[in-house]
Amino acid sequence: MASQGSIPGTIMLDGPMATKGYPLNKMCYSFNNASARDEFRTDEEAYYEKFKLTEEQKQAMRQRDVIGMLEAGGSIYYLAKFAGILGLNVQDVGGLQTGMTTDEFKAFLVKQGEV
Amino acid sequence: MANLLGGIATSHIPAIGVAMDKGLEETPYWKDFFDAYPPVRDWLYTQEPDIAIIFYNDHGLEFFHDRKPTFAIGASELYENADEGWGIAEIPPVTGETELSWHIVNHLIEHDFDITVCQEMKVDHGLTVPLTLMWPGHKYGHIKVIPVAINCERHPMPKPSRCYAFGKAIGDAVRSFSGDQKVVVMGTGGLSHQLDGQRAGYINKPFDLYCMDKIVNEPELLTQFTNYELVEKAGAQGVELNMWLAMRGALENEGSLKELHRSYHLPISNTGAGLQLLATNNAR
Repeated sequence: MASQGSIPGTIMLDGPMATKGYPLNKMCYSFNNASARDEFRTDEEAYYEKFKLTEEQKQAMRQRDVIGMLEAGGSIYYLAKFAGILGLNVQDVGGLQTGMTTDEFKAFLVKQGEV
Repeated sequence: MANLLGGIATSHIPAIGVAMDKGLEETPYWKDFFDAYPPVRDWLYTQEPDIAIIFYNDHGLEFFHDRKPTFAIGASELYENADEGWGIAEIPPVTGETELSWHIVNHLIEHDFDITVCQEMKVDHGLTVPLTLMWPGHKYGHIKVIPVAINCERHPMPKPSRCYAFGKAIGDAVRSFSGDQKVVVMGTGGLSHQLDGQRAGYINKPFDLYCMDKIVNEPELLTQFTNYELVEKAGAQGVELNMWLAMRGALENEGSLKELHRSYHLPISNTGAGLQLLATNNAR
């Protein structure tokens, strides 16, 4: 995929990125289970250790830095399960990634229909 | 032989399921979107299909990166769902069937699609939201569902042309089945959207309208795209067009198609949401 040039603001989740992101994605995949979500809430640091997150991944998680999570190989499908724990929807997450408030992001979505 | 009545393409945005749970269909944000569905529901009610083959993508409920199939099909009497981690309400299990499923599997392998077969699998919003949209109030128990999952998350993904050929092989399998069941195919997801990265929120309405226009009689204009081009034109998750193409592929050998419905709403959540119904000559 990379040979075709990069699309601005887009990280292709390809093999190398999925390899890099495996611990982070595996942790977020576990959030399908309510008991895992409770365990995470009880002790986040211990939960990072359990899944052997890299330091880069831990930092991105601690700072709730969604772009950092993507750069560390995170896949948005699994990260969405983490966002669910924080009570964030995809417009909130869109705002976090684009530097907009949630309302600004929603307005941006609406604007694209005006073409 | 079993008969293909037609194909339905629909969005599967999780927020739709949440809106239905909360009874928000008549609120200003949702009304126009939900108002598009009754004609398609009425068509289904009239046609009385026995089986729905649903092309969808799993979003990390059943499949993780440890063993993620490129193409997978269910062969089970029942499919459970779950809250997916972010809280979509669990709904009654989906009814499955196994005879046509296994027939399709045999046909696919014979025609060089070496598919993963799941005798037990959970289905996520990619399948349950469209099912709930077509049969609201959880009244989908009578329809036997064959889930067909296509990888749309981790690159490399199957090419649009390959997804179309895959759908075509499934359509051929249905026609060669000895039963007399009535079958509909559904392609779920899309249209343009991107959830991740600084480009999050990207939607391409002209491209979406182009896809809905061309999928009817000129699908080859869409199958020539690469997945990279789909990401470029339709956003990172715009590759879900591949499910629409698989649905359309299943109708390829049905002769002329009648487009009975087309609608498009933007934005629904972060997405351009399309609904389209293509009927074959087997439909009443």
